Amino acid sequence: MSPAAPGTTTGSTAYETGIGGLGEPPANAYLSVRDLRVHFPTDDGIVKSVDGLSFDLARGKTLGIVGESGSGKSVTSLSIMGLHKPGTVRMQGSIRLDGQELVGAPAETVRGLRGKKMAMIFQDPLSAMHPFYTVGDQIIEAYQVHNKVPKKAARAHAIDLLGRVGIPQPNKRVDDYPHQFSGGMRQRAMIAMALSCDPDLLIADEPTTALDVTVQAQILDLIRDLQRDFDAAVIIITHDLGVVAELADDILVMYAGRSVEYASAHGVFNEPQHPYTWGLMASMPRLDRDPADRLMPIKGTPPSLISVPPGCPFSPRCAYAARVGAACVTERPAFHAPTSAHYLACHLDDGERMQIWSDEIEPNL
Amino acid sequence: MPTTDPLLKVTGLTKHFPIRKGLLQRQVGAVQAVDDVTFSVQSGQTLSLVGESGCGKTTTGRMVTRLLEPTSGSILFDGRELSHLSVGQLRPLRREIQMIFQDPYSSLNPRHTVGTIVGAPFEIQGVKTPQGTKRAVQDLLELVGLNPEHYNRYPHEFSGGQRQRIGIARSLALKPRLIVADEPVSALDVSIQAQVINLLEDLQEELGLTYIVIAHDLSVVRQMSDRVAVMYLGNLVEIADGHDLYTDSRHPYTRALLSAVPIPDTSRREKRERIRLEGDVPSPIDPPPGCRFHTRCWKATDVCRTQVPPLVEIAPRHEVACHHPEDSLVAAAPAQAAAPVEDAPSGTAASGTMTA
Ligand SMILES: Nc1ncnc2c1ncn2[C@@H]1O[C@H](COP(=O)(O)OP(=O)(O)OP(=O)(O)O)[C@@H](O)[C@H]1O
Ligand SMILES: Nc1ncnc2c1ncn2[C@@H]1O[C@H](COP(=O)(O)OP(=O)(O)OP(=O)(O)O)[C@@H](O)[C@H]1O
Ligand code: SF4
Ligand code: SF4
Ligand SMILES: [Mg+2]
Ligand SMILES: [Mg+2]
Repeated sequence: MSPAAPGTTTGSTAYETGIGGLGEPPANAYLSVRDLRVHFPTDDGIVKSVDGLSFDLARGKTLGIVGESGSGKSVTSLSIMGLHKPGTVRMQGSIRLDGQELVGAPAETVRGLRGKKMAMIFQDPLSAMHPFYTVGDQIIEAYQVHNKVPKKAARAHAIDLLGRVGIPQPNKRVDDYPHQFSGGMRQRAMIAMALSCDPDLLIADEPTTALDVTVQAQILDLIRDLQRDFDAAVIIITHDLGVVAELADDILVMYAGRSVEYASAHGVFNEPQHPYTWGLMASMPRLDRDPADRLMPIKGTPPSLISVPPGCPFSPRCAYAARVGAACVTERPAFHAPTSAHYLACHLDDGERMQIWSDEIEPNL
Repeated sequence: MPTTDPLLKVTGLTKHFPIRKGLLQRQVGAVQAVDDVTFSVQSGQTLSLVGESGCGKTTTGRMVTRLLEPTSGSILFDGRELSHLSVGQLRPLRREIQMIFQDPYSSLNPRHTVGTIVGAPFEIQGVKTPQGTKRAVQDLLELVGLNPEHYNRYPHEFSGGQRQRIGIARSLALKPRLIVADEPVSALDVSIQAQVINLLEDLQEELGLTYIVIAHDLSVVRQMSDRVAVMYLGNLVEIADGHDLYTDSRHPYTRALLSAVPIPDTSRREKRERIRLEGDVPSPIDPPPGCRFHTRCWKATDVCRTQVPPLVEIAPRHEVACHHPEDSLVAAAPAQAAAPVEDAPSGTAASGTMTA
């Protein structure tokens, strides 16, 4: 895919100047999120976990969502899946899955879409699996929700799936309980469960964070293979930029509940444009960089989501805010695409950004 | 090239945790957590212990700090044997060897102020500070980049990175010479992680500290270490200077481990070779005989299944425990030198386990 078109291959550059402006969803988008806001009223105030998020995703494509702890990644995925506890959350904006609006849709409707149209892999497999039922029974149950088949056929399907995700001797291990599996095997079993109905959209929320690198490599290979076989749309959520570089076609960078940069993976890795993304890349130790070079941390810490600074949420930590002036602290930057389909939310003007990029950032990347 | 004696020299270090059963608590087996581990650390340098979950990194660190009694083996610190000292004999040494823990959230007592936490080592060891404990604590807070006014605050008022700094300040209180840092940054976000890594590097420079860093993140380890030791299932399988280990590892497991690290560069994803390891790590209760890696190694032969490979020096300052070590990618292997050596540590064409 050319570096031009996040989410699609149509390369729409139309955008609104609105906060979440990304224009009309392109025709091949299977999932379209527009200006999503997910707020939790609490005793201390309103937690604005997601506050203006937009992206598109086509079938057969992978979107990587990256951002630090608390930036709203998991809340986003739970919002798409309709898994927030009713009554605890205020949701605004739009989530369209295969043309169907999910924000404000009855819980029944959204539940009916889970399994077949969308499925999720959670960070902690134990929390998603019931300790008192065998791995096989849990896959069988998930399968039978959408497929009226006899138990025997469902069991054969479960064994087949376990084999496909690389569990040795699946016809024996199908009767094990989750605690009898190692961490990596549990993660694979949960992937098997999520895939039991061939979902069109697969959301993987930190699927490998708790795992060792060699197991992580196995799981990433697996997600890649399965996507190819099923032509699924995949969202992979992580704070590990290495993981998204391996898998993603497009990348969305989140900060304090907002999209700050959104482009092809190639674009984000080779020509990142947002100061926060610059900061992330410079602070990261990596195998392909000289260890004698000092890391360049981002100063300070992320804001509280109860009182996000007005203007740009990154302004208290941003090394370039001074070059812009008051706008960074008073005015929220629009999410826009100065160059074709590379979206960002930042007030720096394009000339200045290119200057900083070529003088200070690119030479050190 | 070190000409002096190492600050720490560990030889044949072993820890077997007994498994007991029944009314009489009879021993029915043992978790062979660490087995016959040998390494040394030069003063002012950093040695990292890497390897996957359960391979024995923390257990090794806890034996060095003598929070755990070794089953056997020797720990020479500055020429003194620590392995069999009693609690009383250890007391003065506790000042010289300190530990930093992984979890900045649970390792600080939430009911104590920062002042109490960082000042505790003075109280416990009965150390008199010339200008009073408060002043000493405030100096320490400043040293780790915290505000001395934080003295009366509680841990919950701080971010993860700041809490890790509090833990580091506490470990520095008694002016230790050796610090064992167990996953010092793995609970932190990338942007905060970099702050703590830089702090540890600065303190090492300023105070001449010696570090043993325990970590599973190979990119973090490369950033911080002079020497790197790779462990697998309780054994030390390879040890070398950081640069050599990352560019020219010789143990099959190290090669596999390094090839699995995702590199944040989209242009490399097509080119990278990855060694896929099959199966899971065996149980340390009943580890495979011979080389413990043989159940997953693509080069295993009969000798691997019966004889434990000794750790031998394969190149200067580079030791490997393997009957069939990989060829060097640098010097003596011109046929392979044509391969893009600097292009990420990856496996050589070994067998059908490779994937493009
Ligand atoms: N039910 C809830 N009520 C109130 N606040 C919530 C709720 N769920 C999440 N939050 C808050 O929303 C913010 C975003 O949380 P989220 O779990 O999406 O972060 P994340 O990006 O997934 O972080 P991590 O990388 O740590 O998983 C956090 O500050 C969290 O405390
Ligand atoms: N007190 C104990 N009793 C019995 N077994 C133990 C004990 N402590 C550790 N073990 C076992 O010893 C082995 C090595 O554990 P250790 O904690 O040293 O691993 P590690 O390399 O630090 O792993 P991680 O990366 O997960 O922290 C593991 O199999 C562990 O279960
Ligand atoms: S809008 Fe201003 S503060 Fe925000 S990232 Fe851009 S320059 Fe920095
Ligand atoms: S000793 Fe044999 S089994 Fe062990 S790593 Fe070397 S080749 Fe592989
Ligand atoms: Mg999360
Ligand atoms: Mg450990």
